[in-house]
Amino acid sequence: MNILRKKSTANLPFSETAIELFIRLCGISSILFVFGIFFFVFREGAGFLFNGLDVKEFLTSVEWQPTSLNNKRYGAFALIVGTFSVTILAMCLAVPFGLGAAVFVSEFCSPKFRETFKIIIELLAAIPSVVWGFIGLTLMNQLIIVVFKAPIGLTMLNGGIMLALMSVPIIVSIAEDALKAVPDSYREAAEALGATRWQVVYRVLLPAAKNGLLAAVLLGAARSIGETMAVLMATGHSVNIPSGPLSWIRTLTATIAAELGEVARGDEHYQVLFIIGILLFTITFVVNLIADLVIKGIRQE
Amino acid sequence: MNTNSDRRSHTAPIIEINDLTVRYGDKPALNGISFDVYKNEILGIIGPAQSGKTTLLKVINRTLEFTAGTTVEGSVKLDGVDVNTVGDVYGLRRKIGMVLPLPVGLPLSIYDNVAFAPRTAGVRAKSELDEIVERCLQQAALWDEVKDRLNTLGTKLSGGQQQRLTIARALSHQPEILCLDEFSIAVDPITTMRIEDVLKELRAEMTILLVTNLVQQAKRLANRTAFMLNGDLVEIDTTDVIFSDSPGSQATYDYVNGTFG
Ligand SMILES: Nc1ncnc2c1ncn2[C@@H]1O[C@H](COP(=O)(O)OP(=O)(O)O)[C@@H](O)[C@H]1O
Ligand SMILES: [Mg+2]
Repeated sequence: MNILRKKSTANLPFSETAIELFIRLCGISSILFVFGIFFFVFREGAGFLFNGLDVKEFLTSVEWQPTSLNNKRYGAFALIVGTFSVTILAMCLAVPFGLGAAVFVSEFCSPKFRETFKIIIELLAAIPSVVWGFIGLTLMNQLIIVVFKAPIGLTMLNGGIMLALMSVPIIVSIAEDALKAVPDSYREAAEALGATRWQVVYRVLLPAAKNGLLAAVLLGAARSIGETMAVLMATGHSVNIPSGPLSWIRTLTATIAAELGEVARGDEHYQVLFIIGILLFTITFVVNLIADLVIKGIRQE
Repeated sequence: MNTNSDRRSHTAPIIEINDLTVRYGDKPALNGISFDVYKNEILGIIGPAQSGKTTLLKVINRTLEFTAGTTVEGSVKLDGVDVNTVGDVYGLRRKIGMVLPLPVGLPLSIYDNVAFAPRTAGVRAKSELDEIVERCLQQAALWDEVKDRLNTLGTKLSGGQQQRLTIARALSHQPEILCLDEFSIAVDPITTMRIEDVLKELRAEMTILLVTNLVQQAKRLANRTAFMLNGDLVEIDTTDVIFSDSPGSQATYDYVNGTFG
């Protein structure tokens, strides 16, 4: 008995160090993975990026002809515009819905309904993006043809709706957490001053939770920018500067996904696809940086 | 002063509480209490912790309903209208200013804190809001300290200043009744004295319900004082009688003289 106890206390520091070491390794490895991925992507694209690619043409030309025999062109401008326009459209749809749903769930609905609603939101978040792409390809395609009398329903609008449906769960759950974190004493103080429930929401809760709400929106946007399968299937996947929501478009991610399987490893086209990867990295980095700065700015204020 | 309030007590009451019983779930917090509050008096409410003082205030402005599972029986009438059946609960709350034990600065600027209630009530004109903000901060004896930084966050003020800010905020919708719940808990003695002076001035304009943990505060300020114990109203009388050698109940005498329990 005595020996046992002694042994277990002697073991404790060891298991503690082991756990600590393990956690430390997890932390370090996640940093290593990010750098590793960036390094790999950069290495695959670097040769052509610094030697051969006309960077100005890459960023400004709409001619994307990587497989042409006698006139190869690598202009990614339409792809960049495609990515941003479908993301912005998706956010225009997802942000009001997402924030509205979060406010409703955290402030207005009954506890019983809240549980049901959360289960539905989690279900929505668990649907794989290829399924959304399939819905876009079939159901939403038909719907857009019927409603808008469009010749083809595989459009920026279709992709935007799919992306919105994918980002709404993220926005709702993070925004709801942010609203829940606002102390109840604020709600009670405001209502004691004669504010209605709705006045409490927009005069007290939204300002108090603005950091978390902003984080919710930005993470939703990041999800949209990075999404591949659904936009590949739903947007028409055609290089084009969109003139409106019913135009077809092509995104950076979908281009990589569609073409990487068809290129010979190491040739120019292959390298350009990796340069698109570098570009995506940079965009995500800038978005995150802006988010950080904005949040820091708000904190200091 | 107290003879004054005796004369007032013959006027019509502004609050009439009749057989008020409140329960949290099955647990009673107020056991059928009845009393009236008269216009322009300061009514001190004293009693040990858990005796139902806070609950009483929350029934009057209907903020008790934020706590799930409460039941209210009996009636509380404000200006002759039962608060529990009043149509416009927001209008009711605007008639009552509420100051809580710990100041709750809304996460807004000093200006916006005070302008909050007028804005929700529909006041838009900048000049009118400016005027309200200045008047209320003056009344709460805070104006001189903050007039140069009205746009900083209210939560950046010291505890005593924040409590005066919540008083200014409670005055911003020109309430008929000002309820203060142990306001001096989070405030230093000097600020407490300043706020007490403020309350003496305000008595001319409104009726004040002063729940206090300091019996001497009730003695200093109140026209009448109510002593509550375990959800019962032990007695309510002029402050002179409550603090005399022979109040209506031995428990009152013991509590007031610190020999209670
Ligand atoms: N939110 C609550 N839930 C359950 N019981 C409560 C709650 N608030 C107060 N009570 C109970 O009601 C009684 C009166 O409390 P309260 O009104 O806060 O008294 P006081 O303000 O005089 O200290 C106490 O027994 C207390 O435990
Ligand atoms: Mg209390």
